[in-house]
Amino acid sequence: MDIQLKRGLLDVCVLAAIRHQDSYGYQIIKDLSPYVTVSESTLYPILRRLETAELLTVRSVAHNGRLRKYYRITQAGQDRLDAFAEEWKEIMAIYQFVVREETDHG
Amino acid sequence: MDKQAFLAAIRSALEGLPQSDIDKTLDFYSEMIDDRMEEGLTEAEAVAAMGPPEEIAEQILLDTPLPKLVKRRVRPSRALRAGEIVLLVLGAPVWLPVLLALVVVVLSLFLALWTVILCLYAVVLALAVSGVAGIVGSIVHIFAGDALACLLVFGGGLVCLGAGVLLFFAFSGAAAGVARFSRHMWRAVKSWFIQKGDIA
Repeated sequence: MDIQLKRGLLDVCVLAAIRHQDSYGYQIIKDLSPYVTVSESTLYPILRRLETAELLTVRSVAHNGRLRKYYRITQAGQDRLDAFAEEWKEIMAIYQFVVREETDHG
Repeated sequence: MDKQAFLAAIRSALEGLPQSDIDKTLDFYSEMIDDRMEEGLTEAEAVAAMGPPEEIAEQILLDTPLPKLVKRRVRPSRALRAGEIVLLVLGAPVWLPVLLALVVVVLSLFLALWTVILCLYAVVLALAVSGVAGIVGSIVHIFAGDALACLLVFGGGLVCLGAGVLLFFAFSGAAAGVARFSRHMWRAVKSWFIQKGDIA
């Protein structure tokens, strides 16, 4: 898959994983695993990028005598997901058109 | 490899970056390893699941903004001796212009590329304006009762407009290509500041 496209998709996947509930790194990886394999070294830059862009916020929570970082989506993050859904409606329509062309000729 | 050795390897590969950046990275991987161990993995298994620390560090360095990388590269690993400082200052007339020249060459390359793109779009704009002007101008000729001139100007306008639209698509493709090329160049420039030796 095109690298820029995949990069953008992963950003959105991570946001979607924390959309309804705050989550932490390992939980995000597990939640995404049925759909896309994300390694720690992939997730880390994404989380930092999303934090810098203020699409999510980070807070530390005590857990078993250590700190665990929880990520919460911001309003801007929610808006980004909504924008993604809108864009992909168009892309899916194009996809349907392309696939139909193929079956017509095949 | 145990957790301490893994974190130490990342720390030394990132040396020179701001301390807060390094701490954040180590906190993240430490938490990841702990979470996996809580699920029942042994320490060695949890560490192995992270992948090689060298690759992790390289990924982070490539994602770091260029100014931070330059600072990290330029920062000497030990205090400079008085003699070295004197040499640096005396040598400034030599190395400063060379360094500046290098920076200017890279910048002008970018600038030259984007100037070409700007010119192409200027051509498109000129064609579009001539096209519209031609069509509007032909109306004036109708009122002047000069049918031949009217047709000539109208046709000229249409040709300009058509060429403008076609060229717009062609040039947009060229601009996208230049944008891709710029990104690659930028990555290459960054990788000058990440030597393989740092990460190994």
